[in-house]
Amino acid sequence: MTEPSASPAGESAKPELAPGQQFHPLAFAGRVFSPLTGAVAIFGDHIILLGRSLAWLFRPPFRLRLFFEQMEFVGVGSLPIIMLVGFFTGAVTALQAILALSLFEQQRYVGFGVGISLARELAPVFTALMITARAGSGMATELASMRITEQVDALTTFAVNPVQYLVTPRLVASCLMLPVMNMVFNVVGLIGVYVVAIVSYHIDLGQVLELFRHGVDPIDYIEGLIKAFFFGLTMATCACYQGLNVRGGAKEVGLATTRAVVSTSVTVLVLDYFLIQIMNVLFPYGGL
Amino acid sequence: MADDPQSRSDRWQIRIRDLHKSFGTQHVLRGVNLDIERGKINIIIGGSGQGKSVFMKHLMGLLAPDSGHIYVDGQDIIGLGDVAMGKIQRKFGMVFQYAALFDSMNVVENIAFPLLERYRLPKTEVMERVRALLTLLDLAKTAGIEQKFPAELSGGMRKRVGLARALIDRPEILLYDEPTTGLDPIATKNVDEMIRRTADEFGVTSVVISHDMASTFRIADRVAMLYEGLIVANGTRKEVLASPNPVLREFVETSGAVQFGGGPS
Repeated sequence: MTEPSASPAGESAKPELAPGQQFHPLAFAGRVFSPLTGAVAIFGDHIILLGRSLAWLFRPPFRLRLFFEQMEFVGVGSLPIIMLVGFFTGAVTALQAILALSLFEQQRYVGFGVGISLARELAPVFTALMITARAGSGMATELASMRITEQVDALTTFAVNPVQYLVTPRLVASCLMLPVMNMVFNVVGLIGVYVVAIVSYHIDLGQVLELFRHGVDPIDYIEGLIKAFFFGLTMATCACYQGLNVRGGAKEVGLATTRAVVSTSVTVLVLDYFLIQIMNVLFPYGGL
Repeated sequence: MADDPQSRSDRWQIRIRDLHKSFGTQHVLRGVNLDIERGKINIIIGGSGQGKSVFMKHLMGLLAPDSGHIYVDGQDIIGLGDVAMGKIQRKFGMVFQYAALFDSMNVVENIAFPLLERYRLPKTEVMERVRALLTLLDLAKTAGIEQKFPAELSGGMRKRVGLARALIDRPEILLYDEPTTGLDPIATKNVDEMIRRTADEFGVTSVVISHDMASTFRIADRVAMLYEGLIVANGTRKEVLASPNPVLREFVETSGAVQFGGGPS
């Protein structure tokens, strides 16, 4: 037998409360805004992890070996992919720039245009995205595997702080190696420009170099380096957070890696916008 | 006072009082009270999902309780800072369910890890201690064991390497989290013997989490049962087998490994 309906048939549908249940405005608001509060909480957790990791940087023991291992993983290990992507980014951008500039017969500006794009934008952002795909995903997977196989707990049983042992070296290595890789990207990108502009399109090298020298300022490279430093900070924090906070099994390890790559990539692009705004104030663009 | 958990007792090394822990709405530990006897093998039995592993992680500070106290040699470890907790944790060694060996390190590096992290010892002394443990735990006869990585070891060997790692800094208390899970009967018997021998030779206090009744009643000095977040039976092997507690009787009898009023069947 079914229970008689509380409202007469035909009355407009209204959310019904179970018997004895009362409507609490605060609880309702909590449910409505829970995605927002959840996002704020996760952001807060990232900041706490970053803060703890930086605090542990200055407390002994200092395990230099771990720092060098991570620098090798993030930097040296990423060198081939950075060089490959850097070369083709420079070459493709130069190709497009030459096509556009040829409308005004000003192909000689290609070095300046692509050089400044690489220095200020393409190199730091592409470096961050490439290293996130390679090293950030690796960090998240490794830490997540360590978490689910209780290796992180095992560290704690030996009175070793997991943040100091696992997160701090990855954070420092990322902050140091992303700027280095950013410069490698710039150099290799300019080689790509050279190959397209000088070798393929026979644009005068002297003019290209002269305009590049006048137009591209060391400040442009410094901006790129500052950006790369913050992107490294972002990547290591997101990857380590996702890795250390995994629960479950192999499927969750995969999901944690995906979340690490997606959250880092999105954060890098959003952060890029705000860093540009800040640096436009700090280092006003002079142009040619 | 002899029964005051805050004073050091010659008999009891760890004393747990009214320990509560919840995860969200799930109340896992609901006021656990238990004393762990010094130098003996103390086994905590219970079904899956009864909070055994959660309870064990509290003993050495891997998890913080919502309320309650854990006294180790009379010192309450709840709320201790990093440094003080580190000192307490040095009294403990833990053997994890699946060994939790570090994948990126070989056998020697795994076993030596606690020594290298805590002290500045000459390499020769570290190697001497590692090799002594490999011999003691019957690992030395496996060719090339020292340079092998965890992925190259069998389940039983991993457990023994995990035990060697836990033992190398000569802990006073050894925690075993379901040490025989996933092992065949022969390997299970070997692990049991290893736990017994470790307790006898090193004089360590052993706390073992298990749902393997045959193992439990083969090696335990004391047995406690955790059921729905509470200790429902506790005592020596004999006392527990004489217990009228229906939950305990059903749990033990269903296993078929032991009979009430008797020993292992």
